[in-house]
Amino acid sequence: MLKTTPLNAVHRALGARMVDFGGWDMPVNYGSQIEEHHAVRRAAGMFDVSHMLAIDLVGAGARDFLRRALANNVDKLKLPGRALYSCMLNDAGGVVDDLIAYFFTDQSFRLVVNAGRAEVDLDWLDALRRRVGAAAEIAPRRDLALIAVQGPQARERVWQALPETCAATKTLPPFHSAQVGDWMVARTGYTGEDGFELVFPSARAVALWNAFIDIGVRPCGLGARDTLRLEAGMNLWGQDMDESVSPLDAGLAWTVDLAGARDFIGKGALLAHAQIRQMSGLMLAEKGGVLRRAQKVATAQGEGVITSGTYAPTLERSIALARLPLGVATGSPVEVAIRDRQLAAMVVQLPFVRHGKVLVTTMEEKS
Amino acid sequence: MKTPEHLKYTETHEWVAAEADGTLTVGITDHAQEVLGDIVFLELPSAGKRYGQGEACAVIESVKAASDIYMPVAGTVLAANDDLVGSPQKVNADAYAAWLFRIKPDNARDADKLMNAAAYSTHAAK
Repeated sequence: MLKTTPLNAVHRALGARMVDFGGWDMPVNYGSQIEEHHAVRRAAGMFDVSHMLAIDLVGAGARDFLRRALANNVDKLKLPGRALYSCMLNDAGGVVDDLIAYFFTDQSFRLVVNAGRAEVDLDWLDALRRRVGAAAEIAPRRDLALIAVQGPQARERVWQALPETCAATKTLPPFHSAQVGDWMVARTGYTGEDGFELVFPSARAVALWNAFIDIGVRPCGLGARDTLRLEAGMNLWGQDMDESVSPLDAGLAWTVDLAGARDFIGKGALLAHAQIRQMSGLMLAEKGGVLRRAQKVATAQGEGVITSGTYAPTLERSIALARLPLGVATGSPVEVAIRDRQLAAMVVQLPFVRHGKVLVTTMEEKS
Repeated sequence: MKTPEHLKYTETHEWVAAEADGTLTVGITDHAQEVLGDIVFLELPSAGKRYGQGEACAVIESVKAASDIYMPVAGTVLAANDDLVGSPQKVNADAYAAWLFRIKPDNARDADKLMNAAAYSTHAAK
């Protein structure tokens, strides 16, 4: 029996194609995934991400607990509402999950974690809480719905549908959140566009979704969410990293605080095992297929592998994230094995697209 | 899901139209395009190549996944719809207008053994 979000019937009524996504019955698209992708790059789209779990950490030991549990440093969170992207590592330095931590007060934080990892994360956090004797309560918030509204017009649309949130969020900087009653409005997302993620009581989900539709916010499925995040150069847990992969090898060194004195779970393993791979962006240079996960990449430094690949609607060509040997420079030509052929691709700087603009240079433009 | 009455169908979601001159025109069904989602790449067979029944002879890639297209009956490729390669989204727009290739079947009667519209509808709904 698949789990459902409060918007399940709404998705079905809209004619969504539904799929089993980590045990959840979720919309992959409502027609054309490419049109949904463009709506987010050019105007505003919304995603039901209520399958993701908000976990509240409350208590005198909440901050100290997260200082141990997260690879990124929660001490960067000084202003209430500030958000931080972080990996949660196991003792071997592998990635248990990646998440966003929101800081409310020193006694109150919220983590938003991946749907498919929620139960594992809760078990892990609870075991860790006992292990370190933290004075913090771990409260999963299955009573909350999550809707991400993303795109250049997203914030305007949120203020139009929810005028009561406007005052608190009008000047909210990126990666900050505001509390409005029992709602959280965060200027975060997974698309490379501006926008808000709304976390609020489930009973309000259907009315809000319909209000957004009425003002032209396009419903978008997990298909568009994947092409948008890939263009934005963002990792997906389970593809680009997992419990057996070090964040250093997954392009996430910028989120790992190895220099400080703070001792976090997994730090010892990361210090003992140097980085051996690098995460790079690839762009297919010729027609002949689509870059996909698990395809092998031949480089001058040795073989690598694609961890996520797709057709990128904004670039109108195929792109990928690949785990490559160290030292493969941006601009290097590589070859990717697709079916029975070796196709030419190029290593490019991440991200591919940001705020509607293509940031990578194609080979044709270069020559 | 559209399943025109005058076509024949395979279990692997190809449609087959019997032309007056005895050749067969092949495409993928409306159901198949819907499951695949936005189609972004096509690799079609070359004219003159012969394939057995059920043999992979073309590739179709959507944003989501790559799929093989299978030869509905044994035969020789007469022509491929090369115009489609530059605009593969036409398969999504109208799967029955966007033919992929034409074949000359080894045996004229082989296509008769494929599923009719009613049988295919039942098969696709599974």
